[in-house]
Amino acid sequence: MYRYDEFDAQIVKERAAQFRTQVERRLSGDITEDQFKPLRLMNGVYLQLHAYMLRIAIPYGTLRSEQMRKFARIARHYDKGYGHWTTRQNIQFNWVALKDIPDVLDELAEVEMHAIQTSGNCIRNTTSDQFAGAAADEIVDPRPWCEIIRQWSTFHPEFSFLPRKFKIAVTAASTDRAAVRVHDIGLHMRKSDAGEIGFEVIVGGGQGRTPHVGTTIHEFVTEANLLDYLEAIMRVYNRHGRRDNKYKARIKILVNEMGAEEFTRQVEEEFAAQGSAEKIVLPQAEIDRIHAYFAPPAFETLPETSEGFIKASHDDPDFAHWAKTNVRAHKQTGYGIVTVSCKPIGAPPGDVSDAQMMVAAHLAETYSFDEIRITHEQNMVLPHVKLDDLYTVYTELKAAGLATANYELISDIICCPGLDYCNLANARSIPVAVDLQQKFADVELQDDIGELKIKISGCINACGHHHVGHIGILGVDRKGEEFYQITFGGRADEHAKIGSIAGPGLRAEDVPPALARVVDKYRELRTDKSERFIDAISRLGDEPFKEALYAAD
Amino acid sequence: MPLIKNGEVVSDPHNGEIHTLGSFLETAPNDIEDARAVRLMPDDDPHELAPFLKDVELIEITFPRYADGRGYSQAQLLRRRLGYKGELRAVGDVLRDQLLFMLRSGFDAFELGRSDAADAFAAACKEYSAFYQPAADGEVGVFARRHAG
Repeated sequence: MYRYDEFDAQIVKERAAQFRTQVERRLSGDITEDQFKPLRLMNGVYLQLHAYMLRIAIPYGTLRSEQMRKFARIARHYDKGYGHWTTRQNIQFNWVALKDIPDVLDELAEVEMHAIQTSGNCIRNTTSDQFAGAAADEIVDPRPWCEIIRQWSTFHPEFSFLPRKFKIAVTAASTDRAAVRVHDIGLHMRKSDAGEIGFEVIVGGGQGRTPHVGTTIHEFVTEANLLDYLEAIMRVYNRHGRRDNKYKARIKILVNEMGAEEFTRQVEEEFAAQGSAEKIVLPQAEIDRIHAYFAPPAFETLPETSEGFIKASHDDPDFAHWAKTNVRAHKQTGYGIVTVSCKPIGAPPGDVSDAQMMVAAHLAETYSFDEIRITHEQNMVLPHVKLDDLYTVYTELKAAGLATANYELISDIICCPGLDYCNLANARSIPVAVDLQQKFADVELQDDIGELKIKISGCINACGHHHVGHIGILGVDRKGEEFYQITFGGRADEHAKIGSIAGPGLRAEDVPPALARVVDKYRELRTDKSERFIDAISRLGDEPFKEALYAAD
Repeated sequence: MPLIKNGEVVSDPHNGEIHTLGSFLETAPNDIEDARAVRLMPDDDPHELAPFLKDVELIEITFPRYADGRGYSQAQLLRRRLGYKGELRAVGDVLRDQLLFMLRSGFDAFELGRSDAADAFAAACKEYSAFYQPAADGEVGVFARRHAG
């Protein structure tokens, strides 16, 4: 994992000190809430329905135990005892008092953390594959480049007042777990025939009110050119992106209105015009320095199978089921990647208590080389666990309420905070998620349904990623009443697609039975269990599922 | 409105006409003496000034709202690509907490609408001691500083 050097530490410390004086100016009445707004929005502080909310950056979702313990302390000491994982691999605290935020930022700085790039119209925290460095299907670990992008984009003098927020995601795996095609810029790392590493550059993806899958504007930008190429894209966007309407200000609208071909031409022209004095100086020694922090941990040489694991699976069927559902193949023989579900049946998706954070920190320290990941699907990951240790890890997770066996299953729902917390929302989303989880709580039923991603947003800003849910649910307000619009066939992976709307919205209480009919229809029509819901939709189209959705007696 | 240059409140050294880009481009080819100062709006393209830049003394870049960041790109283009050496002045909705971004983008003069303009400027400039990116202010970025000598 990356560790701060004197420069990184200094910049974060200076940021915390700067914000302390800004908060003092606000609390003393020297500046109004209006004047304070742009300042707090550069520090992850939002004004929500009930209180200020603080969003803290977890760069590319990677954490050390020490940092997780700090979150636990913040939850306990400054909040109501819990935090919330966001769909951008960050954490939100919903009840921190403004007067305490400078102290929180000081405490975060002690463990190399901050709230920079979590709000405002800047380049936001870079996200990545939660299995990076562990996944069997990646060509390299993408995180060194995420870190380089993090540093380059921090307080960028030219790109801190963009038309709108700007999100970059990076993956290096064949299965895209980072949703790079629905980001402002997606970078899919590729290896050339000559063995050189480069980046497929995808621009103009995004969700919100006008969802788009991004367009590849360059098949292979070399590592040496990456930052300069990003600068070229950013400059075209900063100069020409729309500023007359915040809903048309994202880069996807510019790419769409200009046409991908013309946009690409302008980026290429800008890139070609960069003089040598304009290039980012990124010495090879610096690239190497940052890569060295992400060297693989000291894995043991282990056999492919673990007798302890086999015995425990035999003795404890619940464990066997959990391992089958939540543990994925690791690139290192004898290890597994553990997804720690933060979606227990009947609780707000992505919420974790201080005590659960402490358990995760302990397990990471003891069994996973001190590493934890946060996923954009709002779960945690212990990336490097020996198969021999899985049963112990499972037992401790279970005791902490963290062993729900539902990774990628129907109850592993992405959900925004919705009207319960958010002042943008039109409808509640958490209660809908909870009702659905309860409807599909049966373990065997979930297992039989297999991979099915439900994503719920409480308004068209789409924080809950409903456009790319296999089944998407969007809350809308119609004359003071909440309705839920269903979409089918969206996906965020390497075959990214925006879901299509099934028809009229449903009342909240009608959503679970309607989706139960859809799921039954899928189980009836699938060729066999290996045909996932999303595959069945690709083969059959939406029609049979729409019919089932509206087939109430 | 107080004008800050080199860290101090100064009286405006420029007392001639300030052209819009359109009137500048009409005037400059015939009478460069009368085209020493130009004010850019956010959607103006600074490349159009290129043939005349060596004779220009003042370019004002307008920030109609602090959130409109096009002026930063205009400044970077003028300084780093087009080699402009004259005064580059930020006008409009210029806030204390933006000054450092502006300095780094190549501005050297600021219209700052507050009575404590010089103090506010001095405080804003001191808030950070290191920057990741090289920019138009000649600062060496951290990427390079880590490996310098």
